[in-house]
Amino acid sequence: MHSHFLLLIVFAFFVSTVFATLLRDDIAQHIRFGADLFGSFVVGAVVFGWLMFPIPL
Amino acid sequence: MVRETTIDRTQGLHPILIALAAWIVPGAGHLWGGQRGKGLVFLVVLPLMFAVGLALEGRLFPFELSQPLVALAAIADVGIGAPYLAGKALSLGGGTVTAVTYEYGNTFLIVAGLLNLLVVCDAWDLVTGRK
Repeated sequence: MHSHFLLLIVFAFFVSTVFATLLRDDIAQHIRFGADLFGSFVVGAVVFGWLMFPIPL
Repeated sequence: MVRETTIDRTQGLHPILIALAAWIVPGAGHLWGGQRGKGLVFLVVLPLMFAVGLALEGRLFPFELSQPLVALAAIADVGIGAPYLAGKALSLGGGTVTAVTYEYGNTFLIVAGLLNLLVVCDAWDLVTGRK
Protein backbone atom coordinates (compact mmCIF):
# COMPACT_ATOMS: atom_id res chain seq x y z
CA MET A 1 0.00 0.00 0.00
CA HIS A 2 2.30 2.74 -1.25
CA SER A 3 -0.29 5.27 -2.34
CA HIS A 4 -0.01 8.35 -0.18
CA PHE A 5 -3.58 9.34 -0.94
CA LEU A 6 -4.94 5.91 -0.02
CA LEU A 7 -3.10 6.01 3.29
CA LEU A 8 -4.51 9.48 3.89
CA ILE A 9 -8.01 8.15 3.26
CA VAL A 10 -7.51 5.22 5.60
CA PHE A 11 -6.06 7.40 8.36
CA ALA A 12 -8.84 9.96 8.01
CA PHE A 13 -11.42 7.17 8.18
CA PHE A 14 -10.04 5.75 11.41
CA VAL A 15 -9.68 9.10 13.14
CA SER A 16 -13.05 10.46 12.06
CA THR A 17 -14.77 7.22 13.09
CA VAL A 18 -13.32 7.45 16.59
CA PHE A 19 -14.09 11.13 17.02
CA ALA A 20 -17.62 10.76 15.66
CA THR A 21 -18.25 7.89 18.07
CA LEU A 22 -16.84 9.85 20.99
CA LEU A 23 -18.55 13.16 20.36
CA ARG A 24 -22.01 12.11 19.21
CA ASP A 25 -24.61 9.83 20.81
CA ASP A 26 -27.10 9.19 18.02
CA ILE A 27 -26.29 6.92 15.08
CA ALA A 28 -27.51 9.45 12.52
CA GLN A 29 -25.38 12.12 14.18
CA HIS A 30 -22.41 9.74 14.22
CA ILE A 31 -22.63 9.21 10.50
CA ARG A 32 -23.23 12.86 9.67
CA PHE A 33 -20.49 14.20 11.91
CA GLY A 34 -18.09 11.44 10.90
CA ALA A 35 -18.67 12.10 7.21
CA ASP A 36 -18.17 15.84 7.71
CA LEU A 37 -14.98 15.25 9.64
CA PHE A 38 -13.69 12.74 7.10
CA GLY A 39 -14.37 15.13 4.25
CA SER A 40 -12.67 17.95 6.11
CA PHE A 41 -9.58 15.84 6.68
CA VAL A 42 -9.29 14.79 3.05
CA VAL A 43 -10.10 18.16 1.53
CA GLY A 44 -7.90 19.93 4.05
CA ALA A 45 -4.97 17.67 3.26
CA VAL A 46 -5.35 18.24 -0.46
CA VAL A 47 -5.64 22.00 0.03
CA PHE A 48 -2.57 22.14 2.26
CA GLY A 49 -0.72 19.99 -0.21
CA TRP A 50 -1.37 22.45 -2.98
CA LEU A 51 -0.54 25.40 -0.73
CA MET A 52 2.84 23.82 -0.05
CA PHE A 53 3.42 23.02 -3.71
CA PRO A 54 5.20 26.30 -4.54
CA ILE A 55 7.57 25.87 -1.59
CA PRO A 56 10.87 24.42 -2.83
CA LEU A 57 12.17 21.16 -1.38
CA MET B 1 -35.82 11.11 35.18
CA VAL B 2 -33.53 9.46 37.72
CA ARG B 3 -29.86 9.73 36.88
CA GLU B 4 -27.77 6.58 37.23
CA THR B 5 -25.37 6.71 40.10
CA THR B 6 -21.70 5.99 39.65
CA ILE B 7 -22.02 2.73 41.56
CA ASP B 8 -24.87 1.58 39.27
CA ARG B 9 -22.67 2.08 36.22
CA THR B 10 -19.58 0.57 37.71
CA GLN B 11 -21.41 -2.35 39.34
CA GLY B 12 -19.46 -1.78 42.51
CA LEU B 13 -16.02 -1.69 40.90
CA HIS B 14 -13.71 1.23 41.46
CA PRO B 15 -13.58 3.58 38.46
CA ILE B 16 -9.81 3.26 38.32
CA LEU B 17 -10.13 -0.46 37.66
CA ILE B 18 -12.57 0.23 34.89
CA ALA B 19 -10.24 2.86 33.42
CA LEU B 20 -7.44 0.31 33.54
CA ALA B 21 -9.63 -2.19 31.74
CA ALA B 22 -10.50 0.52 29.21
CA TRP B 23 -6.81 1.05 28.56
CA ILE B 24 -5.98 -2.65 28.24
CA VAL B 25 -8.93 -3.45 25.99
CA PRO B 26 -9.98 -0.54 23.76
CA GLY B 27 -13.69 0.04 24.27
CA ALA B 28 -14.00 -2.03 27.45
CA GLY B 29 -14.84 1.02 29.54
CA HIS B 30 -17.77 1.92 27.31
CA LEU B 31 -18.97 -1.68 27.17
CA TRP B 32 -18.87 -1.75 30.95
CA GLY B 33 -20.63 1.58 31.18
CA GLY B 34 -23.52 0.34 29.05
CA GLN B 35 -22.62 2.03 25.78
CA ARG B 36 -22.22 -1.14 23.76
CA GLY B 37 -22.29 0.45 20.32
CA LYS B 38 -19.49 2.83 21.15
CA GLY B 39 -17.53 0.13 22.91
CA LEU B 40 -17.72 -2.18 19.93
CA VAL B 41 -16.61 0.54 17.54
CA PHE B 42 -13.55 1.27 19.67
CA LEU B 43 -12.89 -2.44 20.15
CA VAL B 44 -12.69 -2.94 16.39
CA VAL B 45 -11.34 0.32 15.03
CA LEU B 46 -8.47 1.05 17.39
CA PRO B 47 -6.72 -2.33 17.27
CA LEU B 48 -7.28 -2.36 13.53
CA MET B 49 -5.57 1.02 13.23
CA PHE B 50 -2.70 -0.34 15.31
CA ALA B 51 -2.46 -3.43 13.11
CA VAL B 52 -2.34 -1.26 10.00
CA GLY B 53 0.52 0.66 11.58
CA LEU B 54 2.44 -2.57 12.13
CA ALA B 55 1.66 -3.70 8.59
CA LEU B 56 3.06 -0.43 7.29
CA GLU B 57 6.34 -1.35 9.02
CA GLY B 58 6.08 1.26 11.73
CA ARG B 59 8.13 1.01 14.89
CA LEU B 60 7.08 0.47 18.48
CA PHE B 61 9.47 2.92 20.05
CA PRO B 62 11.49 2.07 23.18
CA PHE B 63 11.36 4.09 26.40
CA GLU B 64 14.61 5.88 25.75
CA LEU B 65 14.61 8.87 28.07
CA SER B 66 17.82 10.24 26.54
CA GLN B 67 15.77 10.94 23.42
CA PRO B 68 12.66 12.79 24.62
CA LEU B 69 10.73 12.51 21.35
CA VAL B 70 11.34 8.76 21.22
CA ALA B 71 10.15 8.46 24.81
CA LEU B 72 7.01 10.45 24.00
CA ALA B 73 6.34 8.22 21.00
CA ALA B 74 6.78 5.20 23.25
CA ILE B 75 4.24 6.57 25.72
CA ALA B 76 1.80 7.11 22.85
CA ASP B 77 2.38 3.57 21.55
CA VAL B 78 1.64 2.08 24.97
CA GLY B 79 -1.68 3.93 24.99
CA ILE B 80 -3.32 1.24 22.87
CA GLY B 81 -2.99 -1.32 25.67
CA ALA B 82 -3.12 -5.04 24.96
CA PRO B 83 -2.32 -4.80 21.25
CA TYR B 84 0.96 -3.12 22.20
CA LEU B 85 1.77 -5.86 24.69
CA ALA B 86 0.87 -8.51 22.13
CA GLY B 87 3.00 -6.82 19.50
CA LYS B 88 5.97 -6.69 21.81
CA ALA B 89 5.50 -10.31 22.85
CA LEU B 90 5.44 -11.36 19.20
CA SER B 91 8.51 -9.21 18.45
CA LEU B 92 6.54 -7.04 16.07
CA GLY B 93 7.05 -3.33 15.55
CA GLY B 94 10.77 -3.43 14.96
CA GLY B 95 10.24 -0.91 12.21
CA THR B 96 11.92 -0.82 8.83
CA VAL B 97 13.44 2.62 8.49
CA THR B 98 14.06 2.17 4.80
CA ALA B 99 10.46 1.23 4.07
CA VAL B 100 8.46 3.74 2.08
CA THR B 101 5.60 3.45 4.54
CA TYR B 102 7.72 3.63 7.73
CA GLU B 103 6.61 7.10 8.81
CA TYR B 104 3.02 6.35 7.95
CA GLY B 105 3.23 3.24 10.09
CA ASN B 106 4.63 5.24 12.99
CA THR B 107 1.80 7.73 12.63
CA PHE B 108 -0.85 5.02 12.68
CA LEU B 109 0.71 3.40 15.75
CA ILE B 110 1.12 6.63 17.70
CA VAL B 111 -2.31 8.00 16.86
CA ALA B 112 -4.02 4.70 17.68
CA GLY B 113 -2.45 4.86 21.13
CA LEU B 114 -3.37 8.48 21.68
CA LEU B 115 -6.94 7.91 20.54
CA ASN B 116 -7.29 5.05 23.00
CA LEU B 117 -6.10 7.31 25.79
CA LEU B 118 -8.83 9.73 24.75
CA VAL B 119 -11.32 6.88 24.82
CA VAL B 120 -10.14 5.97 28.32
CA CYS B 121 -10.77 9.55 29.45
CA ASP B 122 -14.26 9.41 27.95
CA ALA B 123 -14.92 6.10 29.68
CA TRP B 124 -13.78 7.64 32.98
CA ASP B 125 -16.26 10.49 32.51
CA LEU B 126 -18.94 7.93 31.72
CA VAL B 127 -18.44 5.72 34.77
CA THR B 128 -17.95 8.63 37.18
CA GLY B 129 -21.24 10.17 36.08
CA ARG B 130 -19.83 13.26 34.40
CA LYS B 131 -21.50 12.22 31.12
